[in-house]
Amino acid sequence: MSTITENISLKEQFLDLYRSSSKEIAVNSAPLMNTHRDKAIIKLEKLGFPSRGGEEYRYADIESVFKQDMEKSFGNQKININIREIFHCDVPDIDTNLFLLVNGMFYNNGQMLKELPGGIIAGSLSQAAKDYPGLVEKHYDRYAGSSKDGLVALNTAFAQDGIFIYAPRGVKMEKPVQIVNIMISEAGLMAQHRNLFVAEEDAELNIVVCDHSLSAHRFLTNSVNEVFAGERAQINLTRIQNEHNGSSQITHSFNHQETGSNLATNIISLHGGFIRNNVYVKLNGEHAENHSMGLYLSDKGQYIDNFVFIDHASPNCFSNQLYKGVMDDYASGAFTGRILVRRDAQKTNAYQSNNNILLTDDARMHSRPQLEIYADDVKCSHGSTMGQIDENALFYLRSRGIDHREARLLLMFAYTHEVIQNIKVKALRERIDDLVNKRLRGELSRCNNCAMQCG
Amino acid sequence: MQNEQDQILNEVTTGEYKFGFYTDIEQDSIAKGLNEDVVRMISAKKKEPEFMLEFRLKAYRHWLTMKMPEWAHLKIPEIDYQDHIYYSAPVQRAKLNSLDEVDPELLETFNKLGIPLEEQKHLSGVAVDAVMDSISVKTTFREALAELGIIFCSFSEAVKEHPDLVKQYMGSVVPYTDNYFAALNSAVFSDGSFCFIPKGVRCPMELSTYFRINAANTGQFERTLIVAEDKSYVSYLEGCTAPMRDENQLHAAIVEIVAMESAEVKYATVQNWYPGNKEGKGGIYNFVTKRGICKGDNSKISWTQVETGSAITWKYPSCILKGHNTTGEFYSVAVTNNHQQADTGTKMIHIGKNSRSIIVSKGISAGVSNNSYRGQVKVLRGADNARNFSQCDSLLLGDKCGAHTFPYIESANHSAIIEHEATTSKIGEDQIFYCNQRGISTEDAIGLIINGYTKEVLNKLPMEFAVEAQKLLLISLEGSVG
Amino acid sequence: MLVIKDLRVSIEGEEILKGINLEVNAGEVHAIMGPNGSGKSTLAAILAGRDIYEINSGTVLYKGEDLLDKSPEERAKDGLFLGFQYPIEIPGVSMVNFMKTAINEMRKHRGEEPLSASEFLKKMREKKDLVEISSSLTNRSVNEGFSGGEKKKNEIFQMAMLEPQLAILDETDSGLDIDALRIVARGVNNLKSPHNATIVITHYQRLLEYIVPDFVHVLFNGRIVKSGGKELALLLEEKGYEWVRSEEVNL
Ligand SMILES: Nc1ncnc2c1ncn2[C@@H]1O[C@H](COP(=O)(O)OP(=O)(O)O)[C@@H](O)[C@H]1O
Ligand SMILES: [Mg+2]
Repeated sequence: MSTITENISLKEQFLDLYRSSSKEIAVNSAPLMNTHRDKAIIKLEKLGFPSRGGEEYRYADIESVFKQDMEKSFGNQKININIREIFHCDVPDIDTNLFLLVNGMFYNNGQMLKELPGGIIAGSLSQAAKDYPGLVEKHYDRYAGSSKDGLVALNTAFAQDGIFIYAPRGVKMEKPVQIVNIMISEAGLMAQHRNLFVAEEDAELNIVVCDHSLSAHRFLTNSVNEVFAGERAQINLTRIQNEHNGSSQITHSFNHQETGSNLATNIISLHGGFIRNNVYVKLNGEHAENHSMGLYLSDKGQYIDNFVFIDHASPNCFSNQLYKGVMDDYASGAFTGRILVRRDAQKTNAYQSNNNILLTDDARMHSRPQLEIYADDVKCSHGSTMGQIDENALFYLRSRGIDHREARLLLMFAYTHEVIQNIKVKALRERIDDLVNKRLRGELSRCNNCAMQCG
Repeated sequence: MQNEQDQILNEVTTGEYKFGFYTDIEQDSIAKGLNEDVVRMISAKKKEPEFMLEFRLKAYRHWLTMKMPEWAHLKIPEIDYQDHIYYSAPVQRAKLNSLDEVDPELLETFNKLGIPLEEQKHLSGVAVDAVMDSISVKTTFREALAELGIIFCSFSEAVKEHPDLVKQYMGSVVPYTDNYFAALNSAVFSDGSFCFIPKGVRCPMELSTYFRINAANTGQFERTLIVAEDKSYVSYLEGCTAPMRDENQLHAAIVEIVAMESAEVKYATVQNWYPGNKEGKGGIYNFVTKRGICKGDNSKISWTQVETGSAITWKYPSCILKGHNTTGEFYSVAVTNNHQQADTGTKMIHIGKNSRSIIVSKGISAGVSNNSYRGQVKVLRGADNARNFSQCDSLLLGDKCGAHTFPYIESANHSAIIEHEATTSKIGEDQIFYCNQRGISTEDAIGLIINGYTKEVLNKLPMEFAVEAQKLLLISLEGSVG
Repeated sequence: MLVIKDLRVSIEGEEILKGINLEVNAGEVHAIMGPNGSGKSTLAAILAGRDIYEINSGTVLYKGEDLLDKSPEERAKDGLFLGFQYPIEIPGVSMVNFMKTAINEMRKHRGEEPLSASEFLKKMREKKDLVEISSSLTNRSVNEGFSGGEKKKNEIFQMAMLEPQLAILDETDSGLDIDALRIVARGVNNLKSPHNATIVITHYQRLLEYIVPDFVHVLFNGRIVKSGGKELALLLEEKGYEWVRSEEVNL
């Protein structure tokens, strides 16, 4: 009973916050984004915050994450430090177009929007909403708007900025875009940004998102991505979550795919106290192909929760989910993968696999692979395993003279590599391999000169 | 076996529900509705001791505070619990010479159902407790079993004759607080079977209960309790049918099994409640809580179910693997056709070290039905080397039905290994063509393939039941393929 | 026995058989050869009644009756047997049960009593010996987990059991070692009688050393571009399909 009253109060708290700061929110955003806010707030009022009573957030304690004492600032943030001085991506040889988001706002280095070769537009979403309202309007809140998750409505109501990337018809991006999402402040802080990635027909996008925290305070991010893959478009999205363990992150990604498109997402969760990733895929045209993958390595008290929903709304589509994790210490986690095959989506091929290795008896994992199928001419399967390293393989390696510890590491590395190998950007793939390797060896694997002592 | 199979296939020409007749016999029924007085009345009619009435009342009061569970993938129409009759017993008309005799009309009813109650006529090796509506009509082979110390009788008799055993075990596996339907059953349950196998005894025959709903508007709420003491063994069968009626009838049962050290209990169900007609009118709402506990080390509980009937099935036979080296098994075939809905599966709770469980679930959906597997495998912290393997397959016949799989897998032990696999498919056109090419008609080919698909589960049933179940499967799917 | 006239067949709008003419009489063995993708399996499947193709034109008479109107099982019961290039796996269905159902269906069709269990098992034993297939295979589910060669042998075993009048063997020889090849040939030759006919579809003339054909046809690009006696097979082996290709230009 108490959860309900607390739930209401949390909701009330944000409704109240909205009433008191809507002006400030609007001023520092774009009119197009502002027109969605009131509707979203009404929706939040109706939906409330997700609770553990519902099936969707059965294992994730959203309330306590939101109840932490955090500042919510909507003003034009003046960050006094030069981010570029303290942050430089240390992935060797990575050649990307770099964009920074600091505390949910585009980090302005003079230019809010850039035009890249081929007419690709990239930069601040709120700026794009002003400069290219037609383009943004066509997609903004079109895919996230029908969500039944109160947190998505919350984001729509509060998000002021984020990254916008647009690839026109037939344009193939040469260099990947790298978005570094940084949390830095003098006190606990909550931020909610919004990204929109659009690839028109036959276009190609390659995007890397890195989440970092640069100061030792409690952070909470509640972000929404909307991704549109037009006909035959190809999109590659990699996200590396590497915040400190005092931070909480909730991400929602709405991936909309048209006929013949191919979209691949890889979410690599290395650090972060509380992580919840929601991935929604809608296969809206025939012969669309989706790969949703994830890797989570958690230890200490980390909680990592992945939720994937693949909606086969058209015939002849293919989807594949692969999520793998290693849980150490007293870490806990959850995986929910749902495949929905609608009545007309004949000739669907859908696969799903979740594998977990538990290293201690204090670690906990919940896995819920789900199939909901209404068409008969389909091939769907899922598998889920929880266990340890394959003893036979371990023995085989040891019989070749590899010592126990090294053999274990080798096998764990091979286990994780199955996900990592799908990352398209080579420099990044190698770097992540390296990070994961270090992480498995128990060495510190922070990828910037971070002063954090995670604990 | 081959001949039988051929015969079965030949028989698959009439697809009607075969058990839909009604026996016109005088009923001692109470009025519709549910309240504390009704609960008291049921207890009084059954001349129960005080402790039972108290148990019922506690359960009833708790039920009032609860809500219907909504998490299942089922569309359950609003159920008006005041619109059902909670006690109805056939009145035996003929003058009977002894308590053991049964009204010929009831004998005839059970004969028609293929369950002869005269011991000499009955299949040797199967003892039957026949339950019609709210009461047990007859329990066969009681004396022979009693010689071995086995108690096999109706629940009502057990309450009177073995109150200590009932007190000790009733509600120990499924407490009345467990869920909505368990609370309801605990308040109003009428009859059922009680079975106690003493230490070291291997029950020489199959024990079985046959449940028959006969009266209109009447809910059936039976309760079965099986206790297997150390190193004992029993194999138990349950069957059920009901007349065809346009209105929906309620069935909410509880089965509890306790297996002590090294005991083994096999429980098999062939569920064939009336499923409703082709348009989805009528049929039984089947809400069942079945759970066993492997209390002692090395004990084993095995559930096998063939679910073909009922308009709605909500049922999760489960095992609590408390002792070390215990084994839980769940083998299921669930068929839904026309407008049927089933949400069924199991729970395997691993507490003891080296506990093992296996789940094999085969769903078949046809017509506009929906068939869901829902199962939980939970490994607790101390369950070192626990092992589970689950295989859940779904077969879709036609493109208007749904097949769903919802496993919940939770582990808190690093040495545990849990594996779950599921597939969804239809019968391959190339498989049918291959059979056609060998001269086998499409209908027969489907029969063959379905038998093949379900064989792993049907093989777990005792022979006579396996054949029965196989027929039932094909009859249930009659008209769904072509 | 079999008369095919101007048979044109397409799949998904693409024409695969472009006017096939072929006549097979009782007592004859025909070999159909041709490169990959020329339409051999399509022809076999059409004759057996696979319904994924569109028949654009043509007629097929089998024992004087229109074949194309009949369902696959009617054709099978009428004595037409197809040995599949890729035999299908049917999990859970035992070979025994499968064969017994098939045989009794055919007997029923001919107005005969079903075989008793002992007669059936006797027949199984005989045929098993003939094709040297082991009981471990016939005790398993239909083709499930069989190796490629085992599947092919199983086709011949089924043919021996069903004793068809017209057997069409689609690349039954591919993937077989010499011993298995001999067994396949023995199965086919055993069936040979003045009342039966066989169509052997093959890639290589190797099989034809064991099963001597009366006629050899070369199927190329959906047409029979050459017909002749058994020497045609040797010529093909020697010159390769390139030779037909260049010949075709001259057609
Ligand atoms: N189911 C099908 N769908 C589309 N094309 C097919 C199908 N089956 C066969 N084909 C095409 O038809 C042609 C003939 O195939 P097939 O009869 O199998 O040749 P062969 O047996 O002579 O190697 C090939 O080009 C093949 O790709
Ligand atoms: Mg071929």
